[in-house]
Amino acid sequence: MIRIENLHKTYRAADGREVEALADIDLDIGAGEVFGIIGRSGAGKSTLIRTLNLLERPSAGRVLIDGEDITQLDSEGLYALRRRVGMIFQHFNLLNAKTVADNIDWPLKATGHTNAAERAARVKELLALVGLSEHGHKYPAQLSGGQKQRVGIARALANRPQILLCDEATSALDPETTQSILRLLLDINRQLGLTIVLITHEMQVIRTICDRVAVIDGGRIVESGRVADVFLHPQHPVTRSMVAQSDALAAASFDPAHAYMQDKLRGTLVRLTYIGDVTYQPILSRIMAGAKVQITILQGEVSSIKDVPFGQLLLELEGGEDDIREVFAELDRHQIHHEVLQ
Amino acid sequence: MDLSVIDWSDIWLATWETLVMTGVSLFFTILLGLPLGILLFVTAKRQLLEQGFVYTVLSFVVNVLRSVPFLILLIVMIPVTVILIGTSLGVEGAIPPLVVGTAPFFARLVENVLREVDRGVIEACQAMGIRTSRIIFGALLPEALPGLIAAVTVTAITLMSYAAMSGVIGGGGLGDLAIRFGYQRFQTEVMVITVALLVVLVQIIQYSGDRLVLYFTRK
Repeated sequence: MIRIENLHKTYRAADGREVEALADIDLDIGAGEVFGIIGRSGAGKSTLIRTLNLLERPSAGRVLIDGEDITQLDSEGLYALRRRVGMIFQHFNLLNAKTVADNIDWPLKATGHTNAAERAARVKELLALVGLSEHGHKYPAQLSGGQKQRVGIARALANRPQILLCDEATSALDPETTQSILRLLLDINRQLGLTIVLITHEMQVIRTICDRVAVIDGGRIVESGRVADVFLHPQHPVTRSMVAQSDALAAASFDPAHAYMQDKLRGTLVRLTYIGDVTYQPILSRIMAGAKVQITILQGEVSSIKDVPFGQLLLELEGGEDDIREVFAELDRHQIHHEVLQ
Repeated sequence: MDLSVIDWSDIWLATWETLVMTGVSLFFTILLGLPLGILLFVTAKRQLLEQGFVYTVLSFVVNVLRSVPFLILLIVMIPVTVILIGTSLGVEGAIPPLVVGTAPFFARLVENVLREVDRGVIEACQAMGIRTSRIIFGALLPEALPGLIAAVTVTAITLMSYAAMSGVIGGGGLGDLAIRFGYQRFQTEVMVITVALLVVLVQIIQYSGDRLVLYFTRK
């Protein structure tokens, strides 16, 4: 669906220096996928998402949408492309002078849909989709942040795009509202088969709705893959520190050297990570039943990333070396990843 | 103060003339200044239709016209006014210099008002694949409407005081009355009344403008 090849973006800063905002970006985003790009502020994620509808022009490289290099489009082609790619924003960017219904109507009206009755029907349908049927006559200033973003979403969907770009769409919202907006996005993704590309600095957002994630730092993609894999086995230091800071995975952020029980630890400190169906099976108890090893659970979490269940446990194992090795072999057999920390 | 010396029909006629001068020149000021202001805004750096050269030229012309003191402009404009409408006197004669004096001022106000419109809103419109001209007239101007009304209000008041000034070169209205009777014939009463009337007119314009701004503000 979307393919980014060898993308570069350099700016000329005010003092004349060249600043590299994006470098060597390669990405492949499939149709119907929810793809997240996460990074700290200034990492280049905003610039990256804005190249997908050419609000930002890349300095080099190609951006292919449905196989077509959009950097080569003339202005007519660009207008047509942008009508197929919806976008929502952190600060909603609604027209304050228009009512909610007129905000949603505006992209239709302004792109040549002259049949007012058809447009009105479409607006009604979109208002219902985002749960704002009662609010069509209001002005944006009368709405809450979450409601404003719902208007933003309805407006972005008006022209029936195939792709929805979300530029920090939940960053200005409180956690509860964030969840409800994310649920709405997921519903839309499933109902309409819409491809969603989002950027965020919040791990929670990625974890809730994304299928795959790319981690961007210093204008480069440092890590990417399935969300569960990237989160549970972060490779790059930036990813690790973001996972740790997010508090989403307590066991992942456990620092044995810093733990107060440092001197109380007698056995081997092990982190177990497992994804998928094994999460809800009594494998640990089966393994331990036959083993001559004592276990203590120090920290742990069993949860899910989007729809994928996972567990992550921090254990202390006490027993003979051979016995512990046997436990490890059993874990491997059940595809439970283990990592000896100490 | 002896109000009996005042010829009230003169006063009312002059008031009417002031209103006509202000109204007609306001109309032409908006007619010229609004497109000029929009052009200044869209051609500026990092704006919708960035055109460095066009912006520099327009901006220079606006600055030149704005740096000429209005009293000087009144005099400099006399031959041009004669060519345009046949006379440089009276109500009609005052209108061309008034428009030339205030249109650049209004254009600058328009430019500033448009700059206050949230960039993100314009960008959202661009992301929707809407043509630039449509964005300007369908989104930018409606979003800026309260600010534009405020700019018109300020301009109307400036025009009224300039219109009074045109009395110096034989324009009509309250300014003319104040100069001929109040100043040259030492009729202090006339001076007081004309000033009082100008104060009242300015208050009415400002009040109406503020009400309109409030009416159209959706924030």
